[in-house]
Amino acid sequence: MRNLGPVLTVVAALIALWYLAVVPMNAQWAQDQARRAGQDLSFTALVTDTMSQARPRLPAPHQVAAELWNSTVVEEMTGRRGVMTTGSLSNRSLIYHGWVTLSATLLGFAIGSALGIALAIGIVHNRAMDASVMPWAIASQTIPILAIAPMIIVVLNAVGITGLIPKAIISTYLSFFPVVVGMVKGLRAPDAMQLDLMKTYSANGAEVFAKLRWPSAMPYLFASLKVAIAAALVGAIVAELPTGAVAGLGARLLSGSYYGQTVQIWSALFAAAILAASMVALIGLIQRVTLRRMGMAT
Amino acid sequence: MKDTKPSQTAAPVISASDLNLTFETADGPVHALKDVTLDIAKGEFVSFIGPSGCGKTTFLRVIADLETPTAGTISVNGMTPEAARKARAYGYVFQAAGLYPWRTIAGNVKLPLEIMGYSGAEQQARVEKVLELVELSGFERKFPWQLSGGMQQRASIARALAFDADILLMDEPFGALDEIVRDRLNEQLLELWARTEKTIGFVTHSIPEAVYLSTKIVVMSPRPGRITDIIDSPLPRERPLDIRDSPEFIEIAHRVREGLRAGHLDD
Repeated sequence: MRNLGPVLTVVAALIALWYLAVVPMNAQWAQDQARRAGQDLSFTALVTDTMSQARPRLPAPHQVAAELWNSTVVEEMTGRRGVMTTGSLSNRSLIYHGWVTLSATLLGFAIGSALGIALAIGIVHNRAMDASVMPWAIASQTIPILAIAPMIIVVLNAVGITGLIPKAIISTYLSFFPVVVGMVKGLRAPDAMQLDLMKTYSANGAEVFAKLRWPSAMPYLFASLKVAIAAALVGAIVAELPTGAVAGLGARLLSGSYYGQTVQIWSALFAAAILAASMVALIGLIQRVTLRRMGMAT
Repeated sequence: MKDTKPSQTAAPVISASDLNLTFETADGPVHALKDVTLDIAKGEFVSFIGPSGCGKTTFLRVIADLETPTAGTISVNGMTPEAARKARAYGYVFQAAGLYPWRTIAGNVKLPLEIMGYSGAEQQARVEKVLELVELSGFERKFPWQLSGGMQQRASIARALAFDADILLMDEPFGALDEIVRDRLNEQLLELWARTEKTIGFVTHSIPEAVYLSTKIVVMSPRPGRITDIIDSPLPRERPLDIRDSPEFIEIAHRVREGLRAGHLDD
């Protein structure tokens, strides 16, 4: 934890900047209210007001933190619909919505990673795939996900597939790409000498793959999985927007913007960011353990 | 200049005649090997020496079926190089140790054994045997990065010795090591050769190394890559390091140097 100091410093600076921005962003509304009430607003009163509006243009950090706390722990522990009262997660809590998004993310990530690895294996071992797959993979990523997500949802809905699967497919769509790119690079990482060595043993393709290419690709795999899981989360959230989904972090963002609930939007954003950071950290942990067991982390 | 009468009466282990290899490059054809004719008898230690581009590594790679000659014939153990490779007739030691960083030293030595389908117990026994042979006993569980460059190269030699190939092909195995480590490894290599009775093909840049190690020195020159001299060493098989100060040694070294110089005068 050598870098904890610098990280905390940066976080503190960002929060300070944020607080500084809150006052001018919300001042207009506070002054309008005061004018209508015929009051004169002192500077301290203005600052206090900008920090505690119900629907601020820019909520203050502590408001977002409080909303995060209330919509997770408090809601589940003491809420009328919370897990302690009803035995199931409250549909008002970010834990519930987070889980809805997370489940689609994880399914999409799993499919996307498997697809990405499979495509990379094909590209590395098959000349026809080498020449043909990559341009399509790149083309697929140039289409804006916001444009294609509703199409996927609508088409799948027409054939009776709804719920988790369409969202997972959009997650897959975003997450397979970094895995393909990383794994093609990784599976081609062995140099000519290492491949010649395998040839002198007259090793077959499967042996070269299992004993040389696959282990060589491990560092690349983990690097691309980190990108892929973050992309998968974005995919799942985007997939929740066009359907008018009733559950998920995307749905919270959408309903927050319908009703001008900026605090709700920001807390959903932070929930998504925390989720992404945790998943990336988890993969980082698996990477460290795996590479250490392989003797590759020093 | 061609050695037409084999020094031993037995059939040669490696026999090349009028071997040619031309690489087609963007700058036109490169004649890597031209009319190379050479017989290597069983149990010989043959060094290939010459400047860069003389085809010494290419010739070793042709023996190993890592390159295909464009003309001429070559047989390894009486077979084509491809058949010999598939029969796992040789172990190959590259310029860099090329150990897999994710395998321990024992794991690296096991690699060819796993591919060749040896049983677990047999693998274990062979790993112990060859690591003892290269004086790396006790380092089984270390990872390559925990070893010095010389130790890594010894591990890669152990890897090439682990299966029963009676030919050992070595492509400048000690080129990247310093003089002192190199002397020690050369001594060990001679001991190992005496104990295992393998046929060794050895590519090097160093005249003393070639003369010290070899029973036969093949001097090559570049553009086109060809053999300019073949010297059968009169030195005994038993060679202490100080044999390098003997008049015989110096005389052979001199002849090698002359051969190398003659090759350059042709340019």
